[in-house]
Amino acid sequence: MPMSKLRQAASIAVILCIVLAVWSVAATVLNPVPDDPEPGWLPANWWNDRPVLPAPPQVALATWNGLFGYPVNSPRSLVFHAAVTLEAALAGFGLAALIGVGLAAAIVHSRLLDRGLLPWVVVSQSIPVLATAPMIVVVLGNAGFSGLLPKAVISASLAFFPVTIGMCKGLRAAGSAQMELLRTYNASRSQIFWKLRLPVAIPYLFPALKVAMALAITGAIVGELPTGAQAGLGARLLIASYNGLMLLMWATLIVASLTAGLSVGVLTLIERSMPRFRASQ
Amino acid sequence: MKQAAQRQAFAAAAALVAGVAALALVGAAPSVALALAAVCAVAGFFALAGQAEDDRRFAVVLVPALFAVLVLFLWEVLTRGFGVPMILLPSPSAIGAAFWELFPELLLDVQQTVLFAAIPGFLIGTGFGFLAGAAVDRSLFLQQGLLPLSNFASVIPIVGVAPIMIMWFGFGGESKAAVVILITFFPAFVNMVAGLQQASAIERDLMASYAASYWQTMWKLRLPAALPFLFAALKINASLSLIGAIVAEFFGTPVHGIGFRISAEIGHLALDHVWAAILVAALVGSLSYALLAWAERSATFWHPSQLTGRSQL
Repeated sequence: MPMSKLRQAASIAVILCIVLAVWSVAATVLNPVPDDPEPGWLPANWWNDRPVLPAPPQVALATWNGLFGYPVNSPRSLVFHAAVTLEAALAGFGLAALIGVGLAAAIVHSRLLDRGLLPWVVVSQSIPVLATAPMIVVVLGNAGFSGLLPKAVISASLAFFPVTIGMCKGLRAAGSAQMELLRTYNASRSQIFWKLRLPVAIPYLFPALKVAMALAITGAIVGELPTGAQAGLGARLLIASYNGLMLLMWATLIVASLTAGLSVGVLTLIERSMPRFRASQ
Repeated sequence: MKQAAQRQAFAAAAALVAGVAALALVGAAPSVALALAAVCAVAGFFALAGQAEDDRRFAVVLVPALFAVLVLFLWEVLTRGFGVPMILLPSPSAIGAAFWELFPELLLDVQQTVLFAAIPGFLIGTGFGFLAGAAVDRSLFLQQGLLPLSNFASVIPIVGVAPIMIMWFGFGGESKAAVVILITFFPAFVNMVAGLQQASAIERDLMASYAASYWQTMWKLRLPAALPFLFAALKINASLSLIGAIVAEFFGTPVHGIGFRISAEIGHLALDHVWAAILVAALVGSLSYALLAWAERSATFWHPSQLTGRSQL
């Protein structure tokens, strides 16, 4: 391992240790001691049933039990809920990638869309699209769709913006010398698109896709909040919130973070395996 | 060239006449109105496509504005012409009427969500993020570990901490502000760290040759050089804080707030009221973005990205 990587790993470890230490102290100070303390060498109030701030080992245990304590098809298993959320998020992500790349291709080829639509796509980044999530669930529910589709639509409506913007940049990143070369070959617009613009845009595509994936998962979780969804990490969070189950909230949050981190990590791996094209300036 | 201009002018006039006629007839004769709307759409987009070739400044503003007007017009005529039920998609005029009718309530919602939750959270979270970014500036060791962790934090769905914050701080604005603080911290931190690295070695050497102290170099060279990054963080955080405050309200609120309004009116299937609340959120979001963009232009006028008049996309 090169020295810089080693230093970085050491740095991450040190910071995580500091976070754990602060967390442990806070848990010791904040939590009341339960009436029947569990025996053991850890502080008694680390095993409070209704903690204010659950201690690290308590959260770790709750997460472990949520993940592996039940069969994966049980509604108490967090693997089951994560799979439900991830399914909707991936469907929305796929939709968003298609819409985003398609829209960017249209914008790059049409002056009207470039001038008329692109400013609105940029402005819409400042609009809280996620606020429409409950409405999308109810409207699609009225139209007879429930379950996966509304959540996928919410995910897609959040996630297609970064893909569109990133691909608009990427599809225009080809150098003018390269464009002129293809024109001297009498290449058609579609040939220029497939053989030059798209390959050059790949380095722009993946960062956008990673942002889109994170947004899609947030979208799917928020899409599970209204109208009493039974399954999914968002539904689990809401149930924990209504019943004051602090440990379940923490465990669900950690599983949500792991799900998001793993999905983006997979995209990073795919990105690294892509062949590199270089656009000359 | 002149012929093309004449054709465009003719198309624009036809679009205007057909559009007005369609709006007038949509109540009485929906099918005629829909046919006229189709004519208006074709002629309108043709005229706009001609204008889009124009590089002058008024066309750059006019084309997106007219594009939006045309889309709103089609939305209005299609929803009314086809009799789309209110619980699927209200027409823009119905949304406008609901907005007007609910205006006093919506102001209270904005007060609760924006003034009591989003803005305090934005200021505290971004402020701490910037301070933390500046604090680790001298320690390469800490930066190396904090940056990957912050990148990971940008991926996780932080709004999920809303129920925890509600248990800690209650249903009022404080819990929403806490969510917003957590959401806005990391973008501010990452951009401060990246921004402080923008001043080049030559520029720093020059400051060193003037025997400038750390703080002088910071104030006169490195912070100004970091401004484009800081404004990027402010713009990201402005929209994130609004989203965070609204979504946190879905987990429980006092009786006001944009998120509360949305989830409550959804329960009554009053879709026009929901759209009115979303319109308010969109207005607040766009306004804050516009303010920050204006401030950015005045503060970083020297930066290459501000020098070209055209968009960078």
